[in-house]
Amino acid sequence: MASDAVGGILLAGITLYAVFGGADFGGGLWDLLAGTTAQGRAPRALIDESITPVWEGNHVWLVFDLVIFWTAFPYAFAAVMNTLALPLWLALAGIVLRGAGFAFRKELSHLSLQRAAGATFAFSSLMTPFFMGTVVGAIAAGAVPADGTRASLAAWTSPTALLAGFLFVAACGYLAAVYLVGEAASRGNRAMQAYFARRAQAAAIVAGGLSLAALFQLQDSDPVIFDRLTSGRALPFVVVSGVCGLAVFALIAFGWPKVVRAIAALDVTAVVWGWGVAQYPVILPGTGVTLSNAGAPEATMVALIVVFIVAVVLVGPSFALLYALQGRHLLGGGEHVAVPAGVPVADMRPPAVGRHRQQPPPTEHVGSATRTAALGLVTIAAVIRRLRHR
Amino acid sequence: MLASGMMLHAVAQGSAQVVPARAQMATTLGFHIILACLGIAFPSFVLLAEFIGLRRRNETALRLARRWSQAMGVLIAVGAVTGTVLSFEMGLLWPGLMRQYGSVLGFPFAIEGLFFFLEAIFAGVYLWGWQRLPGWAHWWSGVPIAVSGIFGAMSVIAVNSWMNQPGGFTESGGQITSVSPWQVFFNHAAIYEMPHMILAAYMVAGFLIAGVYATGILRGRRDRYHYAGFAIGFVPAAILTPFQIFVGDTAARSIASDQPVKFAAMEYVTQTSRQVPEWIAGVYVNGNIYAGIKIPYLDSLLVGFGPGTRVIGWDSVPPADRPPVVWLIHLAFDVMVGIGSLLLLWGLWAAYEWWRRRRLPPQRPFWWAGAVSGLAAIVAMECGWVVTEVGRQPWVVYQYLTTADAATRNGGVVTTLTLIIILYAVLGVATIAILRLLSRRWRRGDTEEDVPYGPSPEPQSADAGEAGR
Repeated sequence: MASDAVGGILLAGITLYAVFGGADFGGGLWDLLAGTTAQGRAPRALIDESITPVWEGNHVWLVFDLVIFWTAFPYAFAAVMNTLALPLWLALAGIVLRGAGFAFRKELSHLSLQRAAGATFAFSSLMTPFFMGTVVGAIAAGAVPADGTRASLAAWTSPTALLAGFLFVAACGYLAAVYLVGEAASRGNRAMQAYFARRAQAAAIVAGGLSLAALFQLQDSDPVIFDRLTSGRALPFVVVSGVCGLAVFALIAFGWPKVVRAIAALDVTAVVWGWGVAQYPVILPGTGVTLSNAGAPEATMVALIVVFIVAVVLVGPSFALLYALQGRHLLGGGEHVAVPAGVPVADMRPPAVGRHRQQPPPTEHVGSATRTAALGLVTIAAVIRRLRHR
Repeated sequence: MLASGMMLHAVAQGSAQVVPARAQMATTLGFHIILACLGIAFPSFVLLAEFIGLRRRNETALRLARRWSQAMGVLIAVGAVTGTVLSFEMGLLWPGLMRQYGSVLGFPFAIEGLFFFLEAIFAGVYLWGWQRLPGWAHWWSGVPIAVSGIFGAMSVIAVNSWMNQPGGFTESGGQITSVSPWQVFFNHAAIYEMPHMILAAYMVAGFLIAGVYATGILRGRRDRYHYAGFAIGFVPAAILTPFQIFVGDTAARSIASDQPVKFAAMEYVTQTSRQVPEWIAGVYVNGNIYAGIKIPYLDSLLVGFGPGTRVIGWDSVPPADRPPVVWLIHLAFDVMVGIGSLLLLWGLWAAYEWWRRRRLPPQRPFWWAGAVSGLAAIVAMECGWVVTEVGRQPWVVYQYLTTADAATRNGGVVTTLTLIIILYAVLGVATIAILRLLSRRWRRGDTEEDVPYGPSPEPQSADAGEAGR
């Protein structure tokens, strides 16, 4: 069935956006949490250098996914856009501010302006995944009616949707931290490797906890999906995701950053496909809107499949080239690397992230990231509990 | 101007959500289209400069290319996010359009997505590859950006031209039953809209570049660097101008037959008749045209090459199917044509001087014109969009779906409109401020190594900076 194939393409596009675009948002999250100007200089420089040449390419997956969605499944698309207008506007605001803040920060020379642009970039990196998460959570919980024409606040402020929002933020942070361990390792930067390894572990705990919470929340809000995830056809994906998460947690401290990076990407992929397989063939759970009756005629579906094949042929190797050049540090300034927000102008030593440079380990207590993670989890759990009991 | 114009005439339609929704679409599209022009055409100018630099071992051209690509990095980033705003707005503001015709007009957007990918990926390579990639390899890494800019523009214009001349689908009982993607893509209006917009993009980018350096020359910076910067922008744009006028003229004639009511609004054709006069300027209010210059027979002549040509007026459709505020459409059309003609004359001036004396005109008015040519090209391009979009009203898909039916029924568009105007004002000011900051930094010439976003500085100046620390 052409519509099933296009459904698969859409899910693949969402996966790629989550795995690549998500990591860029996560970079913003770690930028936000990197502390004061002096403390945060090394991690911010590494984040900046890792995101810079690739974020625009990664961002296009979002546009691609939107286009596939509205072309192939226009009825479902219109219902989602109408019902979840508010979180989508907010996610969009985050996207604009993130991109602009990131690009502007690099060109500004005054510390205060750099800080403002950097804060905009970092804060909006938090905002976008959160609201996107609430959108996906609202869809999964069956809060989008088939003929939705009105925005609904309740749809995306349900515990499931909010949990999904927090989960998206945590997953972005998790991916970014794991990738940054690899980036630091490839630059021979032991201190940053350890720094992000701790954060990757903390984020893995939070993301894992939130995944479990979201799963059990679905038991109430969407029992069909819950059953499929826990005992039905989507169970293998849940198992793969869980195993991957544990593997990342255990292995990240021991090196092999490339392997760990692949496992983390597989982890997120399994979550996305678990969700997709669990609700197949329904697009909007709780309604009769399925892949085959949500819209487009056969010829459109075939055209989309052709475009996707061409995209794989043209875009795939291009991305491979981009990542290969980036991986070999052929992009960017080399010695003259990014000066991230908050570098004191007066103290313009060559930034300490060069390949051959070592820097003093950042001053922080081991385990403080883990403690913060645990505290965050407890807080989120408390918020969700309150919401549920209201 | 665009937004307020849209607001004004949208008021006439009366529906609550369609007014702010159209104002918001006009604001965001009117803003993005400038960046889109630069995204489509600017890379070609950068590549041209780099080509000259590499081929003739011309340091000045190489320095220009390097600096321009730094500005390009900022502009592509802002363009990428403002373009995403439009993708969201297709669904958030016009769910009725997407629900009904998403499966028809979506396919060209999917192709556009493909080229957007290539553009963004190779921009990542080109902008950041200055330092470590060998010269010609670096140049070739920029070629896909320029090529995908053109094809991406074709894809987006395919959607807009389809909205003007819908075809390639069958509809029964309110359902789209079949689609023929190629007929959608190469619809009847695409043949003239695509080249018109791509040429406009090249003119906007070229004249904007020329304008920056013309301003510098007027301020006394009469050096090789400024003349080279001016010429690389000016020459291609001036060469394309006559082609643009030819394409525009063809487009106007096609609109006279394909969308006669739009054409009637453009030319103040109140009644279907022969020997129709041409109005230059003038404001149409309640059946009277004030302050306009009337040239007898000219409109008929332009449409069919003879004074007896019959031109369809807006009386051919009921008032509800006519576009609102015809004076806005007419004046926008006249401004676009007027600016295009002036740019042509300005280019001819340079061509004459070059032919007779092998130099650019030394007269100051030539350079004053240069200083404003970029802004003028932007105004002309925006006016063209006002003609296309306001002239198509009250339809969003010509003769199939009205704009009012396509608009969202969610309240709060006034809020998002307000916030977007504030956000875009900040974004616009910040973008211009940062481009000026870059230009000041380049003029000082000493702190380039501190600029992280954009290509790295020339090795020699970087070394100097390193040693100076």
